[in-house]
Amino acid sequence: MTTLTAPPRTKSPVVSSVKPGQRPFRLVRHSLALMKRSLIKTWRTPEALIDVTLQPVLFLVIFVYIFGGAVAGSTHDYLQFLLPGILAQTIATGCIAIGVNLNTDIAKGIFDRFRALPIPRSAPLLGAVLGDVVRYVIVTISTLAIGYILGFRIESNPLMAVAGCLLAVLFALCLSWLPVFIAMKVRTPGAVQGVMFALIMPLSFASNVFVGAGTLPGWMQGFVKVNPITHLVDSMRGLFDGTPVGNHIWWTLAWCAGFVIVFMPLALRAYRKKV
Amino acid sequence: MIEAEGLVKHFGATKALQGVDLAVKRGTVLGVLGPNGAGKTTAVRILSTLLIPDAGTARINGLDVVRDAERVRQTIGLTGQYASIDEDLTGRQNLELFGTLLDLGRRGARERAAELLEWFDLTDAAGRMAKTYSGGMRRRLDLAASLVGSPDVIFLDEPTTGLDPAKREDMWDVVRTLVADGATVLLTTQYLEEADALADEITVIDHGKVIAHDTPEGLKRVVGGQTLEVRPSDPAQLSRAAAILSEVSSGAAADEIRNGMLAVPVSGDAALTESVARFAAAGISVTELSLHLPSLDEVFFTLTGRTAADDDNTKVSVTA
Repeated sequence: MTTLTAPPRTKSPVVSSVKPGQRPFRLVRHSLALMKRSLIKTWRTPEALIDVTLQPVLFLVIFVYIFGGAVAGSTHDYLQFLLPGILAQTIATGCIAIGVNLNTDIAKGIFDRFRALPIPRSAPLLGAVLGDVVRYVIVTISTLAIGYILGFRIESNPLMAVAGCLLAVLFALCLSWLPVFIAMKVRTPGAVQGVMFALIMPLSFASNVFVGAGTLPGWMQGFVKVNPITHLVDSMRGLFDGTPVGNHIWWTLAWCAGFVIVFMPLALRAYRKKV
Repeated sequence: MIEAEGLVKHFGATKALQGVDLAVKRGTVLGVLGPNGAGKTTAVRILSTLLIPDAGTARINGLDVVRDAERVRQTIGLTGQYASIDEDLTGRQNLELFGTLLDLGRRGARERAAELLEWFDLTDAAGRMAKTYSGGMRRRLDLAASLVGSPDVIFLDEPTTGLDPAKREDMWDVVRTLVADGATVLLTTQYLEEADALADEITVIDHGKVIAHDTPEGLKRVVGGQTLEVRPSDPAQLSRAAAILSEVSSGAAADEIRNGMLAVPVSGDAALTESVARFAAAGISVTELSLHLPSLDEVFFTLTGRTAADDDNTKVSVTA
Protein backbone atom coordinates (compact mmCIF):
# COMPACT_ATOMS: atom_id res chain seq x y z
CA MET A 1 0.00 0.00 0.00
CA THR A 2 1.38 3.38 -0.96
CA THR A 3 0.05 6.68 0.21
CA LEU A 4 0.96 9.93 -1.41
CA THR A 5 0.08 11.93 1.66
CA ALA A 6 2.05 10.03 4.28
CA PRO A 7 2.47 12.28 7.32
CA PRO A 8 6.00 13.62 7.65
CA ARG A 9 7.84 11.50 10.15
CA THR A 10 8.71 13.57 13.17
CA LYS A 11 12.37 14.35 13.09
CA SER A 12 12.99 12.98 16.52
CA PRO A 13 10.95 11.62 19.41
CA VAL A 14 12.51 14.20 21.71
CA VAL A 15 11.21 17.13 19.73
CA SER A 16 7.52 17.41 20.50
CA SER A 17 5.05 19.33 18.40
CA VAL A 18 2.97 19.75 21.55
CA LYS A 19 3.84 22.22 24.25
CA PRO A 20 2.60 21.71 27.79
CA GLY A 21 0.45 24.47 29.20
CA GLN A 22 -0.06 25.59 32.75
CA ARG A 23 -3.50 24.38 33.71
CA PRO A 24 -5.32 24.79 37.02
CA PHE A 25 -6.73 22.13 39.37
CA ARG A 26 -3.82 19.77 38.86
CA LEU A 27 -4.67 17.43 41.72
CA VAL A 28 -8.24 17.01 40.50
CA ARG A 29 -7.31 16.58 36.84
CA HIS A 30 -4.46 14.19 37.49
CA SER A 31 -6.51 12.14 39.95
CA LEU A 32 -9.31 11.89 37.41
CA ALA A 33 -6.88 10.81 34.67
CA LEU A 34 -5.60 8.08 36.97
CA MET A 35 -9.16 7.17 37.95
CA LYS A 36 -9.86 6.63 34.26
CA ARG A 37 -6.91 4.26 34.18
CA SER A 38 -8.46 2.25 37.05
CA LEU A 39 -11.81 2.16 35.28
CA ILE A 40 -10.23 0.86 32.05
CA LYS A 41 -8.50 -1.86 34.04
CA THR A 42 -11.76 -2.84 35.76
CA TRP A 43 -13.50 -2.93 32.40
CA ARG A 44 -10.75 -5.13 30.94
CA THR A 45 -10.76 -7.64 33.79
CA PRO A 46 -14.41 -8.18 34.70
CA GLU A 47 -13.47 -11.39 36.56
CA ALA A 48 -11.99 -9.14 39.25
CA LEU A 49 -15.55 -8.10 40.06
CA ILE A 50 -16.51 -11.56 41.38
CA ASP A 51 -16.04 -10.46 44.98
CA VAL A 52 -18.61 -7.70 44.54
CA THR A 53 -21.11 -9.60 42.38
CA LEU A 54 -21.16 -13.29 43.24
CA GLN A 55 -20.29 -13.03 46.92
CA PRO A 56 -23.35 -11.03 48.05
CA VAL A 57 -25.58 -13.33 46.02
CA LEU A 58 -24.13 -16.47 47.61
CA PHE A 59 -24.23 -15.03 51.11
CA LEU A 60 -27.80 -13.83 50.77
CA VAL A 61 -29.10 -17.13 49.42
CA ILE A 62 -27.15 -19.28 51.86
CA PHE A 63 -27.90 -17.29 54.99
CA VAL A 64 -31.53 -16.56 54.19
CA TYR A 65 -32.47 -20.16 53.46
CA ILE A 66 -30.27 -21.87 56.06
CA PHE A 67 -30.69 -19.54 59.03
CA GLY A 68 -33.83 -17.64 58.11
CA GLY A 69 -36.24 -20.07 59.76
CA ALA A 70 -34.13 -20.52 62.88
CA VAL A 71 -33.17 -16.88 63.42
CA ALA A 72 -36.24 -14.93 62.35
CA GLY A 73 -39.02 -17.49 62.10
CA SER A 74 -39.42 -16.95 58.35
CA THR A 75 -37.06 -16.60 55.44
CA HIS A 76 -38.82 -13.48 54.18
CA ASP A 77 -38.51 -11.63 57.49
CA TYR A 78 -34.88 -12.62 57.70
CA LEU A 79 -34.18 -11.46 54.13
CA GLN A 80 -35.65 -8.06 54.95
CA PHE A 81 -33.41 -7.93 58.04
CA LEU A 82 -30.25 -9.41 56.49
CA LEU A 83 -29.92 -7.60 53.15
CA PRO A 84 -28.52 -4.30 54.46
CA GLY A 85 -26.12 -6.32 56.60
CA ILE A 86 -24.86 -8.38 53.67
CA LEU A 87 -24.46 -5.20 51.64
CA ALA A 88 -22.35 -3.67 54.41
CA GLN A 89 -20.28 -6.82 54.81
CA THR A 90 -19.60 -7.14 51.07
CA ILE A 91 -18.64 -3.51 50.86
CA ALA A 92 -16.21 -3.93 53.73
CA THR A 93 -14.59 -7.05 52.22
CA GLY A 94 -14.73 -5.47 48.73
CA CYS A 95 -12.35 -2.78 49.98
CA ILE A 96 -9.62 -5.35 50.38
CA ALA A 97 -9.15 -5.56 46.60
CA ILE A 98 -7.83 -2.01 46.30
CA GLY A 99 -5.05 -2.78 48.76
CA VAL A 100 -4.12 -5.96 46.93
CA ASN A 101 -4.17 -4.19 43.55
CA LEU A 102 -2.10 -1.23 44.70
CA ASN A 103 0.47 -3.50 46.30
CA THR A 104 0.75 -5.43 43.01
CA ASP A 105 0.92 -2.24 40.93
CA ILE A 106 3.73 -0.79 42.98
CA ALA A 107 5.83 -3.94 42.60
CA LYS A 108 5.47 -3.69 38.81
CA GLY A 109 7.20 -0.35 38.44
CA ILE A 110 4.41 1.71 36.90
CA PHE A 111 4.24 3.68 40.15
CA ASP A 112 7.91 4.57 39.75
CA ARG A 113 6.95 6.30 36.56
CA PHE A 114 4.10 8.13 38.27
CA ARG A 115 6.44 9.19 41.03
CA ALA A 116 8.97 10.52 38.54
CA LEU A 117 6.31 12.70 36.87
CA PRO A 118 5.66 16.31 37.88
CA ILE A 119 2.24 15.46 39.34
CA PRO A 120 0.98 15.75 42.93
CA ARG A 121 2.29 12.72 44.78
CA SER A 122 -1.11 11.77 46.12
CA ALA A 123 -2.78 11.69 42.68
CA PRO A 124 -2.08 7.99 41.91
CA LEU A 125 -3.58 6.89 45.24
CA LEU A 126 -6.55 9.24 44.98
CA GLY A 127 -7.17 8.06 41.41
CA ALA A 128 -7.13 4.41 42.47
CA VAL A 129 -9.52 5.01 45.37
CA LEU A 130 -11.94 7.01 43.20
CA GLY A 131 -11.76 4.37 40.46
CA ASP A 132 -13.08 1.80 42.91
CA VAL A 133 -16.36 3.69 43.28
CA VAL A 134 -17.64 1.74 40.30
CA ARG A 135 -17.07 -1.51 42.23
CA TYR A 136 -19.12 -0.26 45.17
CA VAL A 137 -21.93 0.89 42.92
CA ILE A 138 -21.92 -2.55 41.29
CA VAL A 139 -22.07 -4.34 44.64
CA THR A 140 -24.98 -2.17 45.77
CA ILE A 141 -26.94 -2.78 42.60
CA SER A 142 -26.26 -6.51 42.45
CA THR A 143 -27.18 -7.03 46.11
CA LEU A 144 -30.43 -5.10 45.78
CA ALA A 145 -31.25 -6.89 42.51
CA ILE A 146 -30.83 -10.41 43.88
CA GLY A 147 -32.63 -9.32 47.05
CA TYR A 148 -35.56 -8.10 44.97
CA ILE A 149 -35.74 -11.43 43.15
CA LEU A 150 -35.76 -13.27 46.49
CA GLY A 151 -38.51 -11.01 47.83
CA PHE A 152 -36.77 -8.05 49.49
CA ARG A 153 -38.76 -4.83 49.25
CA ILE A 154 -37.88 -1.17 49.87
CA GLU A 155 -40.57 -0.08 52.31
CA SER A 156 -39.60 3.58 52.65
CA ASN A 157 -39.38 5.68 49.47
CA PRO A 158 -36.93 5.85 46.56
CA LEU A 159 -35.18 8.92 47.92
CA MET A 160 -34.39 7.28 51.25
CA ALA A 161 -33.35 4.09 49.46
CA VAL A 162 -30.91 6.06 47.29
CA ALA A 163 -29.64 7.82 50.40
CA GLY A 164 -28.99 4.41 51.98
CA CYS A 165 -27.06 3.25 48.91
CA LEU A 166 -25.01 6.46 48.76
CA LEU A 167 -24.15 6.10 52.42
CA ALA A 168 -22.87 2.57 51.72
CA VAL A 169 -20.72 3.76 48.80
CA LEU A 170 -19.36 6.69 50.83
CA PHE A 171 -18.53 4.31 53.69
CA ALA A 172 -16.58 2.10 51.26
CA LEU A 173 -14.69 5.07 49.80
CA CYS A 174 -13.59 6.22 53.24
CA LEU A 175 -12.80 2.75 54.58
CA SER A 176 -10.64 2.16 51.45
CA TRP A 177 -7.88 4.26 52.98
CA LEU A 178 -7.27 1.51 55.55
CA PRO A 179 -6.35 -1.17 52.95
CA VAL A 180 -4.45 1.48 50.96
CA PHE A 181 -2.38 2.22 54.06
CA ILE A 182 -1.81 -1.51 54.71
CA ALA A 183 -0.79 -1.92 51.05
CA MET A 184 1.94 0.70 51.52
CA LYS A 185 3.23 -0.99 54.66
CA VAL A 186 3.44 -4.70 53.83
CA ARG A 187 5.51 -6.37 51.18
CA THR A 188 3.22 -8.77 49.32
CA PRO A 189 -0.36 -8.69 48.01
CA GLY A 190 -1.02 -11.85 50.02
CA ALA A 191 -0.03 -10.05 53.21
CA VAL A 192 -2.46 -7.22 52.42
CA GLN A 193 -5.22 -9.80 52.07
CA GLY A 194 -4.24 -11.55 55.29
CA VAL A 195 -4.06 -8.41 57.41
CA MET A 196 -7.29 -7.03 55.98
CA PHE A 197 -9.21 -10.25 56.60
CA ALA A 198 -8.02 -10.29 60.18
CA LEU A 199 -9.43 -6.74 60.58
CA ILE A 200 -12.61 -7.03 58.53
CA MET A 201 -13.82 -10.44 59.77
CA PRO A 202 -14.35 -9.43 63.41
CA LEU A 203 -15.82 -6.09 62.29
CA SER A 204 -18.38 -7.70 60.01
CA PHE A 205 -19.33 -10.67 62.27
CA ALA A 206 -19.21 -9.01 65.67
CA SER A 207 -21.95 -6.67 64.52
CA ASN A 208 -25.67 -6.62 63.93
CA VAL A 209 -25.26 -7.97 60.37
CA PHE A 210 -26.63 -11.46 61.05
CA VAL A 211 -28.51 -11.15 64.33
CA GLY A 212 -29.89 -8.32 66.46
CA ALA A 213 -27.28 -6.89 68.80
CA GLY A 214 -29.59 -7.61 71.76
CA THR A 215 -29.09 -11.38 71.42
CA LEU A 216 -25.31 -11.13 71.94
CA PRO A 217 -23.52 -11.62 75.26
CA GLY A 218 -23.11 -8.41 77.23
CA TRP A 219 -19.32 -8.13 76.89
CA MET A 220 -19.62 -8.34 73.13
CA GLN A 221 -22.41 -5.78 72.93
CA GLY A 222 -19.98 -3.08 73.98
CA PHE A 223 -17.89 -3.72 70.88
CA VAL A 224 -20.90 -4.22 68.63
CA LYS A 225 -22.37 -0.89 69.66
CA VAL A 226 -19.33 1.14 68.59
CA ASN A 227 -18.58 -1.01 65.53
CA PRO A 228 -18.84 1.24 62.42
CA ILE A 229 -20.47 -1.61 60.50
CA THR A 230 -23.28 -1.77 63.08
CA HIS A 231 -23.99 1.93 62.56
CA LEU A 232 -23.93 1.59 58.78
CA VAL A 233 -26.29 -1.39 58.90
CA ASP A 234 -28.71 0.31 61.30
CA SER A 235 -28.72 3.40 59.07
CA MET A 236 -29.47 1.35 55.95
CA ARG A 237 -32.18 -0.68 57.71
CA GLY A 238 -33.88 2.51 58.73
CA LEU A 239 -33.54 4.10 55.30
CA PHE A 240 -34.73 1.00 53.43
CA ASP A 241 -37.57 0.10 55.82
CA GLY A 242 -38.70 3.62 56.64
CA THR A 243 -38.17 3.07 60.35
CA PRO A 244 -36.49 5.61 62.67
CA VAL A 245 -32.70 5.67 62.22
CA GLY A 246 -31.88 7.49 65.44
CA ASN A 247 -28.40 9.02 65.18
CA HIS A 248 -26.86 6.02 63.41
CA ILE A 249 -26.38 8.05 60.23
CA TRP A 250 -24.38 10.64 62.19
CA TRP A 251 -22.30 7.91 63.77
CA THR A 252 -21.66 6.37 60.35
CA LEU A 253 -20.60 9.74 58.92
CA ALA A 254 -18.37 10.30 61.93
CA TRP A 255 -16.68 6.95 61.32
CA CYS A 256 -16.27 7.81 57.62
CA ALA A 257 -14.59 11.07 58.55
CA GLY A 258 -12.45 9.21 61.08
CA PHE A 259 -11.20 6.69 58.50
CA VAL A 260 -10.22 9.49 56.12
CA ILE A 261 -8.64 11.70 58.78
CA VAL A 262 -6.55 8.88 60.22
CA PHE A 263 -5.70 6.59 57.33
CA MET A 264 -5.45 8.96 54.36
CA PRO A 265 -2.51 10.95 55.77
CA LEU A 266 -0.89 7.72 57.00
CA ALA A 267 -1.31 6.12 53.56
CA LEU A 268 0.04 9.17 51.72
CA ARG A 269 2.97 9.43 54.08
CA ALA A 270 3.80 5.73 53.69
CA TYR A 271 3.47 6.08 49.91
CA ARG A 272 5.93 8.99 49.81
CA LYS A 273 8.42 7.01 51.85
CA LYS A 274 8.01 3.76 49.98
CA VAL A 275 11.13 2.71 48.09
CA MET B 1 23.45 18.17 32.53
CA ILE B 2 23.83 15.82 35.48
CA GLU B 3 26.17 16.36 38.42
CA ALA B 4 26.35 14.13 41.49
CA GLU B 5 28.87 14.23 44.29
CA GLY B 6 29.44 11.76 47.09
CA LEU B 7 26.13 9.90 46.82
CA VAL B 8 25.60 7.51 49.71
CA LYS B 9 22.62 5.22 50.17
CA HIS B 10 22.30 2.33 52.60
CA PHE B 11 19.38 -0.10 52.82
CA GLY B 12 19.76 -1.61 56.26
CA ALA B 13 23.08 -3.44 56.17
CA THR B 14 23.36 -3.18 52.38
CA LYS B 15 25.61 -0.35 51.32
CA ALA B 16 24.14 0.30 47.88
CA LEU B 17 26.16 3.47 47.26
CA GLN B 18 29.26 4.47 49.20
CA GLY B 19 30.15 7.88 47.82
CA VAL B 20 29.55 7.95 44.08
CA ASP B 21 30.39 10.91 41.84
CA LEU B 22 28.81 11.13 38.41
CA ALA B 23 28.99 13.86 35.79
CA VAL B 24 27.28 14.07 32.43
CA LYS B 25 27.79 17.09 30.21
CA ARG B 26 24.85 18.52 28.31
CA GLY B 27 24.15 16.64 25.10
CA THR B 28 26.41 13.69 25.89
CA VAL B 29 25.94 10.09 27.00
CA LEU B 30 27.42 8.68 30.16
CA GLY B 31 27.55 4.91 30.36
CA VAL B 32 27.41 3.58 33.91
CA LEU B 33 28.88 0.12 33.71
CA GLY B 34 28.65 -2.44 36.47
CA PRO B 35 27.43 -5.91 37.40
CA ASN B 36 24.12 -6.71 39.08
CA GLY B 37 23.98 -5.17 42.53
CA ALA B 38 26.73 -2.64 41.85
CA GLY B 39 24.41 0.26 42.73
CA LYS B 40 23.54 1.42 39.20
CA THR B 41 19.79 1.36 39.71
CA THR B 42 20.05 3.02 43.13
CA ALA B 43 22.02 5.86 41.55
CA VAL B 44 19.43 6.27 38.79
CA ARG B 45 16.61 6.26 41.34
CA ILE B 46 18.28 9.03 43.32
CA LEU B 47 18.94 11.13 40.22
CA SER B 48 15.34 10.68 39.05
CA THR B 49 13.97 11.85 42.45
CA LEU B 50 12.59 8.42 43.44
CA LEU B 51 15.01 8.01 46.36
CA ILE B 52 16.54 10.47 48.77
CA PRO B 53 20.27 9.93 49.30
CA ASP B 54 21.61 9.43 52.82
CA ALA B 55 24.45 11.79 51.95
CA GLY B 56 25.79 13.65 48.95
CA THR B 57 24.11 15.95 46.47
CA ALA B 58 22.90 15.70 42.91
CA ARG B 59 21.71 18.29 40.42
CA ILE B 60 19.92 17.98 37.10
CA ASN B 61 20.39 21.08 34.93
CA GLY B 62 21.46 22.86 38.09
CA LEU B 63 18.35 21.86 40.07
CA ASP B 64 18.82 19.88 43.27
CA VAL B 65 17.10 16.48 43.07
CA VAL B 66 15.93 16.67 46.68
CA ARG B 67 15.04 20.34 47.19
CA ASP B 68 13.80 21.04 43.64
CA ALA B 69 12.40 17.55 42.99
CA GLU B 70 9.20 18.88 41.47
CA ARG B 71 11.05 20.97 38.86
CA VAL B 72 13.56 18.20 38.20
CA ARG B 73 10.64 15.91 37.31
CA GLN B 74 9.61 18.32 34.56
CA THR B 75 12.91 17.89 32.74
CA ILE B 76 13.62 14.18 33.08
CA GLY B 77 12.49 10.99 31.40
CA LEU B 78 12.98 7.63 33.09
CA THR B 79 13.03 4.20 31.50
CA GLY B 80 13.40 1.51 34.11
CA GLN B 81 15.03 -1.86 33.96
CA TYR B 82 11.62 -3.48 33.81
CA ALA B 83 9.15 -2.01 31.39
CA SER B 84 7.04 0.29 33.52
CA ILE B 85 3.94 0.66 31.43
CA ASP B 86 0.40 -0.40 32.25
CA GLU B 87 -0.14 -3.80 30.69
CA ASP B 88 -3.93 -3.58 30.86
CA LEU B 89 -3.95 -0.37 28.83
CA THR B 90 -3.34 -0.18 25.10
CA GLY B 91 -0.17 1.41 23.79
CA ARG B 92 -2.09 4.54 22.88
CA GLN B 93 -3.90 4.73 26.23
CA ASN B 94 -0.57 4.45 28.03
CA LEU B 95 0.93 7.37 26.12
CA GLU B 96 -2.22 9.48 26.36
CA LEU B 97 -2.33 8.92 30.12
CA PHE B 98 1.20 10.25 30.50
CA GLY B 99 0.38 13.14 28.16
CA THR B 100 -2.58 14.09 30.34
CA LEU B 101 -0.47 13.83 33.47
CA LEU B 102 2.13 16.09 31.84
CA ASP B 103 -0.53 18.74 31.20
CA LEU B 104 -0.50 18.49 27.42
CA GLY B 105 -4.28 18.80 27.39
CA ARG B 106 -6.66 16.27 25.88
CA ARG B 107 -5.85 17.13 22.27
CA GLY B 108 -2.17 17.64 22.90
CA ALA B 109 -1.91 14.27 24.64
CA ARG B 110 -3.59 12.60 21.69
CA GLU B 111 -1.31 14.27 19.15
CA ARG B 112 1.83 13.54 21.10
CA ALA B 113 0.82 9.88 21.53
CA ALA B 114 0.21 9.53 17.79
CA GLU B 115 3.56 11.16 17.05
CA LEU B 116 5.48 8.80 19.33
CA LEU B 117 3.58 5.69 18.23
CA GLU B 118 4.49 6.57 14.65
CA TRP B 119 8.10 7.21 15.51
CA PHE B 120 8.51 3.96 17.39
CA ASP B 121 6.67 1.88 14.75
CA LEU B 122 3.86 1.07 17.14
CA THR B 123 0.98 2.64 15.22
CA ASP B 124 -0.37 -0.73 14.08
CA ALA B 125 -0.27 -2.11 17.62
CA ALA B 126 -1.54 1.11 19.24
CA GLY B 127 -5.00 -0.31 19.94
CA ARG B 128 -3.76 -3.53 21.52
CA MET B 129 -3.25 -4.08 25.22
CA ALA B 130 0.41 -3.70 26.12
CA LYS B 131 0.47 -7.18 27.68
CA THR B 132 0.20 -8.64 24.17
CA TYR B 133 3.35 -6.81 23.02
CA SER B 134 6.66 -8.58 22.37
CA GLY B 135 9.68 -7.75 24.52
CA GLY B 136 11.06 -5.34 21.93
CA MET B 137 7.72 -3.56 21.49
CA ARG B 138 7.36 -3.18 25.25
CA ARG B 139 10.77 -1.57 25.49
CA ARG B 140 9.90 0.81 22.68
CA LEU B 141 6.60 1.74 24.33
CA ASP B 142 8.37 2.17 27.64
CA LEU B 143 10.92 4.49 26.06
CA ALA B 144 8.17 6.35 24.19
CA ALA B 145 6.34 6.82 27.51
CA SER B 146 9.41 8.44 29.03
CA LEU B 147 9.68 10.85 26.07
CA VAL B 148 6.08 12.13 26.15
CA GLY B 149 7.12 15.30 27.95
CA SER B 150 10.12 15.93 25.64
CA PRO B 151 12.61 15.65 28.50
CA ASP B 152 16.13 16.94 27.98
CA VAL B 153 17.69 14.56 30.50
CA ILE B 154 16.94 10.88 29.97
CA PHE B 155 17.76 7.95 32.25
CA LEU B 156 17.94 4.55 30.62
CA ASP B 157 18.35 1.81 33.20
CA GLU B 158 19.63 -1.26 31.34
CA PRO B 159 17.53 -0.49 28.27
CA THR B 160 18.59 -3.57 26.31
CA THR B 161 18.83 -6.26 28.99
CA GLY B 162 16.97 -9.28 27.69
CA LEU B 163 16.72 -8.05 24.10
CA ASP B 164 18.14 -10.08 21.22
CA PRO B 165 21.10 -8.55 19.33
CA ALA B 166 19.05 -7.12 16.44
CA LYS B 167 16.61 -5.41 18.83
CA ARG B 168 19.57 -4.15 20.82
CA GLU B 169 20.98 -2.43 17.73
CA ASP B 170 17.58 -0.83 17.08
CA MET B 171 17.53 0.55 20.60
CA TRP B 172 21.06 1.89 20.14
CA ASP B 173 19.94 3.77 17.04
CA VAL B 174 17.11 5.34 19.02
CA VAL B 175 19.51 6.45 21.75
CA ARG B 176 21.83 7.98 19.14
CA THR B 177 18.90 9.94 17.69
CA LEU B 178 17.94 11.25 21.12
CA VAL B 179 21.47 12.50 21.69
CA ALA B 180 21.78 13.96 18.20
CA ASP B 181 18.76 16.11 19.09
CA GLY B 182 20.41 17.45 22.18
CA ALA B 183 19.25 15.11 24.94
CA THR B 184 21.56 14.31 27.82
CA VAL B 185 21.54 10.60 28.54
CA LEU B 186 22.65 8.51 31.50
CA LEU B 187 22.63 4.87 30.52
CA THR B 188 23.33 1.95 32.80
CA THR B 189 24.49 -1.31 31.32
CA GLN B 190 26.20 -4.58 32.04
CA TYR B 191 27.84 -4.66 28.61
CA LEU B 192 31.07 -2.87 27.79
CA GLU B 193 30.08 -3.29 24.15
CA GLU B 194 26.95 -1.20 24.72
CA ALA B 195 28.75 1.49 26.66
CA ASP B 196 31.42 1.56 23.95
CA ALA B 197 28.80 1.90 21.20
CA LEU B 198 26.88 4.75 22.81
CA ALA B 199 28.75 6.53 25.54
CA ASP B 200 31.03 9.54 25.38
CA GLU B 201 32.37 8.64 28.80
CA ILE B 202 32.10 5.54 30.96
CA THR B 203 31.94 5.31 34.73
CA VAL B 204 32.53 1.82 36.10
CA ILE B 205 30.96 1.16 39.47
CA ASP B 206 31.20 -1.82 41.75
CA HIS B 207 29.93 -2.38 45.28
CA GLY B 208 28.61 1.17 45.35
CA LYS B 209 31.93 2.79 44.46
CA VAL B 210 33.35 4.29 41.29
CA ILE B 211 36.32 2.15 40.30
CA ALA B 212 37.09 3.81 36.97
CA HIS B 213 36.01 6.77 34.88
CA ASP B 214 37.29 7.31 31.38
CA THR B 215 36.42 7.64 27.73
CA PRO B 216 35.64 4.33 25.99
CA GLU B 217 39.07 4.50 24.31
CA GLY B 218 40.82 5.17 27.57
CA LEU B 219 39.01 2.36 29.30
CA LYS B 220 39.75 -0.06 26.50
CA ARG B 221 43.41 0.86 26.71
CA VAL B 222 43.39 -0.01 30.39
CA VAL B 223 41.46 -3.25 30.08
CA GLY B 224 43.35 -4.48 27.05
CA GLY B 225 41.39 -3.44 24.01
CA GLN B 226 39.98 -5.98 21.65
CA THR B 227 40.57 -9.63 20.89
CA LEU B 228 40.55 -11.08 17.39
CA GLU B 229 39.34 -14.67 17.27
CA VAL B 230 39.90 -16.90 14.25
CA ARG B 231 39.09 -20.54 13.47
CA PRO B 232 40.84 -21.88 10.35
CA SER B 233 38.72 -24.43 8.47
CA ASP B 234 41.68 -26.79 8.26
CA PRO B 235 43.21 -27.48 11.69
CA ALA B 236 46.51 -28.26 9.94
CA GLN B 237 46.79 -24.56 9.09
CA LEU B 238 46.72 -23.50 12.72
CA SER B 239 50.39 -22.63 13.05
CA ARG B 240 50.48 -20.67 9.75
CA ALA B 241 47.36 -18.78 10.79
CA ALA B 242 48.90 -18.06 14.19
CA ALA B 243 51.96 -16.58 12.52
CA ILE B 244 49.82 -14.25 10.39
CA LEU B 245 47.79 -13.16 13.44
CA SER B 246 50.97 -12.43 15.30
CA GLU B 247 52.09 -10.10 12.50
CA VAL B 248 48.70 -8.37 12.40
CA SER B 249 48.88 -7.69 16.11
CA SER B 250 52.44 -6.39 15.72
CA GLY B 251 54.18 -9.15 17.55
CA ALA B 252 51.78 -10.46 20.20
CA ALA B 253 51.57 -14.22 20.34
CA ALA B 254 48.35 -15.89 19.14
CA ASP B 255 47.04 -18.50 21.59
CA GLU B 256 44.79 -21.42 20.92
CA ILE B 257 42.01 -20.57 23.40
CA ARG B 258 39.68 -23.41 22.45
CA ASN B 259 40.11 -26.40 20.23
CA GLY B 260 41.05 -24.98 16.81
CA MET B 261 40.26 -21.37 17.81
CA LEU B 262 43.05 -18.79 17.85
CA ALA B 263 42.92 -15.52 19.74
CA VAL B 264 45.21 -12.52 19.66
CA PRO B 265 44.96 -9.08 21.29
CA VAL B 266 44.69 -6.26 18.73
CA SER B 267 44.56 -2.53 19.07
CA GLY B 268 42.09 -1.34 16.44
CA ASP B 269 39.26 -2.27 14.12
CA ALA B 270 41.66 -2.22 11.16
CA ALA B 271 43.14 -5.51 12.36
CA LEU B 272 39.99 -7.29 11.24
CA THR B 273 40.17 -6.25 7.59
CA GLU B 274 43.93 -6.62 7.50
CA SER B 275 43.78 -10.19 8.73
CA VAL B 276 41.04 -11.07 6.24
CA ALA B 277 43.24 -9.79 3.42
CA ARG B 278 46.30 -11.65 4.67
CA PHE B 279 44.43 -14.93 5.13
CA ALA B 280 43.10 -14.63 1.59
CA ALA B 281 46.58 -13.92 0.23
CA ALA B 282 47.97 -16.94 2.08
CA GLY B 283 45.15 -19.18 0.86
CA ILE B 284 43.90 -19.99 4.38
CA SER B 285 40.12 -20.28 4.65
CA VAL B 286 38.50 -19.57 8.00
CA THR B 287 35.11 -20.63 9.39
CA GLU B 288 34.94 -18.06 12.17
CA LEU B 289 36.47 -14.66 12.51
CA SER B 290 35.37 -12.08 15.03
CA LEU B 291 36.48 -9.05 16.98
CA HIS B 292 35.55 -8.91 20.67
CA LEU B 293 35.65 -6.29 23.35
CA PRO B 294 36.47 -7.64 26.78
CA SER B 295 33.42 -8.93 28.63
CA LEU B 296 32.31 -7.24 31.84
CA ASP B 297 34.01 -10.06 33.73
CA GLU B 298 37.30 -9.33 32.03
CA VAL B 299 36.94 -5.60 32.62
CA PHE B 300 36.38 -6.21 36.29
CA PHE B 301 39.16 -8.68 36.51
CA THR B 302 41.54 -6.13 35.08
CA LEU B 303 40.26 -3.25 37.21
CA THR B 304 39.89 -5.04 40.50
CA GLY B 305 41.87 -8.24 40.23
CA ARG B 306 38.81 -10.37 40.81
CA THR B 307 35.77 -11.41 38.80
CA ALA B 308 32.51 -9.48 38.91
CA ALA B 309 30.59 -12.48 40.19
CA ASP B 310 33.08 -13.05 42.95
CA ASP B 311 31.24 -11.13 45.64
CA ASP B 312 32.61 -12.87 48.70
CA ASN B 313 36.22 -12.06 48.03
CA THR B 314 37.85 -9.43 50.10
CA LYS B 315 38.53 -6.25 48.21
CA VAL B 316 41.71 -6.21 46.19
CA SER B 317 43.24 -2.84 45.60
CA VAL B 318 42.29 -1.17 42.36
CA THR B 319 44.96 -1.48 39.73
CA ALA B 320 43.51 0.91 37.17
